[in-house]
Amino acid sequence: MMKRRDLAMVALAAVAFAAAVSLQVLRDGWYPRDDPEQEQILYVRSGPALQRMALSFDALLADVYWIRAIQQYGGDRLSGPGARTKYQLLYPLLDLTTTLDPYFNIAYRFGAIFLSEAYPGGPGRPEQSVALLRKAITVMPNKWQYYHDIGFVYYWRWRDYQSAALWFNRASALPNAPNWLKPLAASMLVQGNDRASARFLWQQIAKSEEPWLRRSAQRSLLQLQALDQIDQLESVIRRFPPAAGEQYSWAGLFKRGVLIRQPVDPAGAPYVIDPETGHVRVADQSPLFPMPEEPRRLQ
Amino acid sequence: MRAVRVVAVNVFRESVRDRVPYNLVLFAILLIASSYLLGQLTAGQDVKIIKDLGLAATSVFGLFIAIFIGIGLVSKEVERRSIYSLLSKPVSRAEFITGKYAGLVLTLAVNVTVMAIAVYLILAYMVWTEPPTIRAGWDAPGLDPAMLKAILLIFVELMLITALALFFSTFSTPLLSAGLTFGVYVAGHFNSDLKNFDKVVSSKVAAQLARGAYHVLPDLSAFDVKTQVVHGLPVTMGYVASTTLYGLAYVAGLLLVSTLIFSRRDFK
Repeated sequence: MMKRRDLAMVALAAVAFAAAVSLQVLRDGWYPRDDPEQEQILYVRSGPALQRMALSFDALLADVYWIRAIQQYGGDRLSGPGARTKYQLLYPLLDLTTTLDPYFNIAYRFGAIFLSEAYPGGPGRPEQSVALLRKAITVMPNKWQYYHDIGFVYYWRWRDYQSAALWFNRASALPNAPNWLKPLAASMLVQGNDRASARFLWQQIAKSEEPWLRRSAQRSLLQLQALDQIDQLESVIRRFPPAAGEQYSWAGLFKRGVLIRQPVDPAGAPYVIDPETGHVRVADQSPLFPMPEEPRRLQ
Repeated sequence: MRAVRVVAVNVFRESVRDRVPYNLVLFAILLIASSYLLGQLTAGQDVKIIKDLGLAATSVFGLFIAIFIGIGLVSKEVERRSIYSLLSKPVSRAEFITGKYAGLVLTLAVNVTVMAIAVYLILAYMVWTEPPTIRAGWDAPGLDPAMLKAILLIFVELMLITALALFFSTFSTPLLSAGLTFGVYVAGHFNSDLKNFDKVVSSKVAAQLARGAYHVLPDLSAFDVKTQVVHGLPVTMGYVASTTLYGLAYVAGLLLVSTLIFSRRDFK
């Protein structure tokens, strides 16, 4: 049985702890300390130095940096386009992760997709994607996926179809490479690109075991679907232009009986029509915004 | 031999009385909590991270036990003056040292075994809950028996560190012994750099001294195959066997020198 004095002490301790927590909450409200600029600090940038400091716990430290990389990426993506230091640490964090654990396959592939993604969805640094993937190839030269990913960056971000074909060809020569890589390389050389090739490549990525990779691919597939719909809408709009002196608008199209309802993109957001030119685009609020710059077919 | 067994069992009982098994509970809680949290944070890398965390925690908890109990094995008996009654019994100093060492190794073996079981249980849960499409993306099977190779080498490394702690405790204070053991632990992980010292210095003497240090200091980095097993990379049985034998030979050497030093100590 607890004595009265002991009970009183326990109660006092509980009150003291509650007071501490309340003061903490109040102080954080009065003097906020969350400075996003300050959070973008990486104290040690040298992978080899960190590797030494980690002793035999380098793989665990790699996990810590990996978690930090994805948290940072997620936070930056949600922080809005105004943030000055957006995505600044993504490459150094992924570089440290893969130096500490050179076999961290998913860190390379994450970098390949998201480092090259155009701003504000990513830092728009395809050269960093390629640098990370080249680093992967030095460690695991027989993994066709890294060659494929480099080819993909050349194709999708740089529109360099010759280099893309070269990398797809290299990938196709490796063990366990899928048989669609060779025809893909050939089609790159012949016709540069069309939407069908892009769709095919994203469909392959959508088969990945990684849920975030699948999500990214599914979003890109929806963007391609939106591009198809925009083409159809613009063709209809061209066939039924507004009367002289009138602007392009959905309301005008409804009135003329061309459309019966407001067209929406595959993510459910209404399309926007340019009143001057009649061009259609996805809304800024759409989950599909910003749309990729579409690869062009070779002449 | 009987004397060694009696001393060893007493060391084991003492470690249980000292609440060493509590670290196992902490370990299990850490793993269970992390397995849930990591699933939310790691973009599908939870199994890799649970393996990394499980193996690293086995190594760290074992290191603390090896150092902090190892340094007290001899000094405690001297401080309590129980060494006089012990040595007046039919127990030779060699048996005393060997028994003390065997007792702590037994404690470590129990700890490492329980931690390994905990890691495998968490991994079994992951295997059971994840669909086959997700499991197909893992570098190595969830319940990969190759993890036992890493666990065995962690255990041998801990045996070596225990022998080091015991060695230092035969001639120095507990605090100094802890510092020295930890220092050798850190140096032992940089050991492979000493091997290639001739590539960074032009002096032949310095290079040869470094090469000598490479052979004298324990080569602890050799016991680290955690990254390889987590990624399903091959670790040959030959490598595991030769590294284990290297560790056991080093332990034997340390125990012999510890016995020699302890035999010469005067407790009057």
